[in-house]
Amino acid sequence: MTTTTTPAASDLLKPEPAPVPADLVGERLSAVLASRTRPPKPSALSACGTFGWRALLKIKHVPEQLFDVTAFPVMMTLMFTYLFGGALADSPKDYLQFFLPGTLVSTIAMITMYTGLGLNNDIKKGVFDRIKALPVWRPAALVGMMLGDVVRYSGAGLLVIALGLALGFRPDGGAIGVVLAMLVLLLFSFSLAWVWNIFGMVLRTPESVLGVSMMVLFPLTFGSNIYVDPSTMPGWLQAFVDVNPISHVVTAVRGLMHDTVTAGQLGWVFLWCAILNVIFAPITMRLYNRR
Amino acid sequence: MTLGDQLAVEVSGLVKTFGKTRAVDGVDLMVPAGGVYGVLGPNGAGKTTTIRVLATLLAPDGGTARVLGHDVVREADAVRSRVSLTGQFASLDEDLSGTENLILLARLQGYGRSDAKKRAADLLGAFDLTEAAGRQVKTYSGGMRRRIDIAASIVVTPDLLFLDEPTTGLDPRSRSQVWDIVRALVAGGTTVLLTTQYLDEADQLADRIAVIEHGKVIAEGTSGELKAKVGGGALHVRLRDAAQRPEAARLLTAALGVPVTLESDPVALSVAVSDAEPVPAGLAELTRAGVRVSEFALGQPSLDEVFFALTGHPAGDDDAADDQPLTGKSKREAKKAAKKAKEHAA
Ligand SMILES: Nc1ncnc2c1ncn2[C@@H]1O[C@H](COP(=O)(O)OP(=O)(O)OP(=O)(O)O)[C@@H](O)[C@H]1O
Ligand SMILES: [Mg+2]
Repeated sequence: MTTTTTPAASDLLKPEPAPVPADLVGERLSAVLASRTRPPKPSALSACGTFGWRALLKIKHVPEQLFDVTAFPVMMTLMFTYLFGGALADSPKDYLQFFLPGTLVSTIAMITMYTGLGLNNDIKKGVFDRIKALPVWRPAALVGMMLGDVVRYSGAGLLVIALGLALGFRPDGGAIGVVLAMLVLLLFSFSLAWVWNIFGMVLRTPESVLGVSMMVLFPLTFGSNIYVDPSTMPGWLQAFVDVNPISHVVTAVRGLMHDTVTAGQLGWVFLWCAILNVIFAPITMRLYNRR
Repeated sequence: MTLGDQLAVEVSGLVKTFGKTRAVDGVDLMVPAGGVYGVLGPNGAGKTTTIRVLATLLAPDGGTARVLGHDVVREADAVRSRVSLTGQFASLDEDLSGTENLILLARLQGYGRSDAKKRAADLLGAFDLTEAAGRQVKTYSGGMRRRIDIAASIVVTPDLLFLDEPTTGLDPRSRSQVWDIVRALVAGGTTVLLTTQYLDEADQLADRIAVIEHGKVIAEGTSGELKAKVGGGALHVRLRDAAQRPEAARLLTAALGVPVTLESDPVALSVAVSDAEPVPAGLAELTRAGVRVSEFALGQPSLDEVFFALTGHPAGDDDAADDQPLTGKSKREAKKAAKKAKEHAA
């Protein structure tokens, strides 16, 4: 048999003569082994799609994982609106107009951490060994998984928005504004997930991945303009809030939803997405290819 | 270029260290294409590390390794497209079903949607897993896991398959199923490189064996060559009547051409034999002369004895963390005992 790797349809028609072991399984086994099909390497896009499909299958088989994703935003929205709404604004309903875009961002930013967790689990279970030993486009495993997770982010986002509408959230930007805000947020979440991927690969246990991710994300979400207007904060904190990427995303999402967005606000978000992708994607790939 | 005139694996001076541990410490290996090549070694010998380097999952710290003619460092993708690895521990997505896992791997290797489905179904059928096809892999038994793991490695039939301890922890039935799978793979033209710490497994399955310990190859050859290195086996004969012993000794010396040792047991004698072939004729001589034999055994040196002779200690003896018993020897002895008992009864 020639062993060049050229994929050819004729390979399909070239069964290898194989003496059959004398049992039933052996017979069928020789039949599957006889197929020396070597299909052409899948395109980068198709490989990403396959990994994305896997992420979706996970949701089907482990629906519990959606519980965190849905319970958390519902809790946060209700709690902040009614617990603090009166104190932080004139009424819960007024506060909701301000707060809902922010809670949307914080909810989804939290969920992005699970991407790193899933990666860590794959490494521990040896799934990544199998994947890494395949001749596919290298970033496909990560990019595909992250794209699959975007579906999860969208689900949680829709839930928060639906809840907000039910509670009296009335975006001035209308449906288009909300959809655009969601798209910007998904782009940012995808970019942010690279950071958690690094933790997922460098740290040993899922607990430490979650712990470290929290440590990074908590100050970012609370030291932002999600919950209150930063003008009441001390100067040094305002300075932090001003450079915090989460603040920029919240500002843009709020602006798009209420139709007050400026090009500059959007520009900041795109800049942050670019920075996250340019810096953290290569680091992630480097770690992934390390052997 | 054909497989026949090249080596499947060509390793020289391979080194891989983890901190201070020299997991692989100058391994040389020449694995011919076709057949089964066994890498035998106790816990911590460096089997897994060696295989992971060959499967491009680890980069070596020294030495060179070529797999199917391609360098594992510089031509990793070419190696990846033609080899497959079934690791020591299951490496499938446990949350997904067997079918989904196989479809996933088929799609990633370029199968179209419907072809992938068909391939998955065919493989599950061949590995006797059709019933469990729709179940999550985490519900599978140890034997089923091993089988689906091997099935996952041959979604595209590889030219070279690495099997890292494919039968560790399996019951005898699952074990023999895995052996059948290996034999079928070889019959289909795939070269199999397997690691094992079971001496009888290497003995029965592998055409050639490399014995490794502490990251070094300490012996290499066919099972027969390894045994010869250690010295041949011995024919042990017990007679019914001690008075016939001198005659038996004379006859056997003549038939086998080697001196006979008279043992302290007055009815027992033994002959060192490097070759089993003349033994039946020698025994026939005894019967013809009316010497009554009560029992005999041809003691091939086991690979345990080989290991002992090569290292001065039994396999795995120096490994405190050894939690997997080496059943090779005990099994062999049980078999021998059963054979003896049969002959005794006859
Ligand atoms: N990732 C790692 N980090 C540190 N040390 C390692 C690593 N992998 C292997 N080792 C060490 O290298 C040595 C060889 O390990 P390896 O897993 O190759 O042995 P093995 O022959 O496969 O053993 P076993 O039969 O137990 O599977 C051991 O001492 C092990 O502790
Ligand atoms: Mg091992």
